[in-house]
Amino acid sequence: MDFSIVVSEFASLFLDGIVVGAIYALVALGYTLVYGVLRLINFAHSEIFMLGTFACLGVTMLLGYTGYEEPIGIGLFLVTFILITVVAAVASGSAAMLLEVVAYRRLRRKGANRLSSLISAIGASFFLVELFRLLTDSKDWDFPRLLDKNSLFEVSSAYVTADKLVVLIGAFGLMFALDRIIQGTRLGRGIRAVSQDEKTAVLMGVDVDKVIAFTFLIGGVLAGVASAFYMLFYEATKFNVGFLLGISAFTAAVLGGIGNIRGALAGSFALGLIQQFSSAILGYNWRDVVTFLILVLVLLFKPTGLFGEAIQRARV
Amino acid sequence: MLLEVKDLKVSYGKIEAIKGISLNVNKGEIVTLVGANGAGKTTLLKTISGILKPSAGVINFEGKDIQSIAPHNRVLEGVCQAPEGRGIFPGMTVLENLEMGKYARPNWKNELAEDLDRIYILFPRLKERQSQFGGTLSGGEQQMLSIGRALMSRPRLLLLDEPSMGLAPMFIQQIFSIIREIQTQGVSILLVEQNAAQALSCANRAYILETGNIVKEGAGKDLLNDDAIKKAYLGTGA
Ligand SMILES: Nc1ncnc2c1ncn2[C@@H]1O[C@H](COP(=O)(O)OP(=O)(O)O)[C@@H](O)[C@H]1O
Ligand SMILES: [Mg+2]
Repeated sequence: MDFSIVVSEFASLFLDGIVVGAIYALVALGYTLVYGVLRLINFAHSEIFMLGTFACLGVTMLLGYTGYEEPIGIGLFLVTFILITVVAAVASGSAAMLLEVVAYRRLRRKGANRLSSLISAIGASFFLVELFRLLTDSKDWDFPRLLDKNSLFEVSSAYVTADKLVVLIGAFGLMFALDRIIQGTRLGRGIRAVSQDEKTAVLMGVDVDKVIAFTFLIGGVLAGVASAFYMLFYEATKFNVGFLLGISAFTAAVLGGIGNIRGALAGSFALGLIQQFSSAILGYNWRDVVTFLILVLVLLFKPTGLFGEAIQRARV
Repeated sequence: MLLEVKDLKVSYGKIEAIKGISLNVNKGEIVTLVGANGAGKTTLLKTISGILKPSAGVINFEGKDIQSIAPHNRVLEGVCQAPEGRGIFPGMTVLENLEMGKYARPNWKNELAEDLDRIYILFPRLKERQSQFGGTLSGGEQQMLSIGRALMSRPRLLLLDEPSMGLAPMFIQQIFSIIREIQTQGVSILLVEQNAAQALSCANRAYILETGNIVKEGAGKDLLNDDAIKKAYLGTGA
């Protein structure tokens, strides 16, 4: 164990924690939004993310990247990366809506209990993982380096690189847009109403099926964008990439209080930081152990999440 | 006739909660349905709003069978409900709760200011609490918000499920005088209550519901003086 690294590398660990946290946050929002309207943990959400990473890869392949190119200039990069992000968002968004229709809607119409929906969620997750295992030959797939990752400037010990800046700016922009959608649009108000009192929402004229479909769409689009950021940052994927990322994002959502949007954001950044600092102290191999430990501890001792009642009231 | 319910039956699985009842509400009336806990009052209102499906019977609103209309579209037909337990959205402000009453209305932005004024005149208290979260209001304030929110949808028929439940006597007086005030503004009301004394003296006509059956009907004032009803519901039997 080496605690001195926390001091000497503080800024660097902090920056990486925030970057990783931003990616978790985009995925965690999908868990938390769906939980809000359905009271269901959508365990297949991590596979919606995984599907997005392969959509990103597909775009670069279609564009003719082999992985051996030099990084491209900023102008071309932005055009290319926006294209990749949009395709991933469309792929993940439509997959999430399809998932809702196939795996959940029929059960809901039949008035099935929550356990049935949970089993359906896990089944859909297995199905997608195995499908992609076959489609991708169980291989590791590398993503071409699109951006020069040399440091742009330094803040204390932190090397600020272009990919980290893109992730941070993109993620914060998206969080702001989501806030506007939830607070300012009709369907956003529908999501809040269904999350807080579904029966009364119907009495006020909210079409619950439409709101649920829209919620899956938003969650899927966020996961798709997250997958593009993930590929830019980590530059590799595999059929099971959703598992650990999904656990981290889910842990972040639970840490902040599941169903609570601001909680999911806070939990994600907290988890990103905890992972970076604990990896620095204990070694990288301990990262996932720490994540699982946090998940178990929160579920055991504070299932409503760190923010409890105060934020709970302002939920969604 | 504004609302006409004929031979309605509603069941929860094998348990029949409404056993074939008929009632109606004419334009401009306050009609009350009085019954003890478990009589089936909430079940009836939920069925009219479409949250529960009847096993038999007819529900006509303004001469039209509304059973084929999806539950969330019934508010646009002109029926809105302030549900049992008030159904306040706890994480929305008072203003946002009121705006939810406008959710179904296509032209809501143009109607908003005018309707807010109208509702704040009826419930000045809500204006003071505009930006407070719904979950932090007192029971009486929540009931006002629930009724105000339903009125935001410009209903022709307002369904009220036990508006006096759990309120202090002072608030109960106030709520019932507001219900009469709403009637004078041209909204018809179907009021479901356990508080028979207040409901019967407020209503034009009344039905008595016992375990899923209507056992008596008449003018509100007449039932108020009915010996059997005095004994069963008003605790002042001869
Ligand atoms: N969700 C439900 N499942 C099964 N039975 C129910 C349900 N809701 C109400 N009931 C039963 O239906 C009857 C009528 O209930 P309700 O309409 O709530 O009565 P009230 O509103 O007059 O108190 C009661 O016997 C109650 O136990
Ligand atoms: Mg009731």
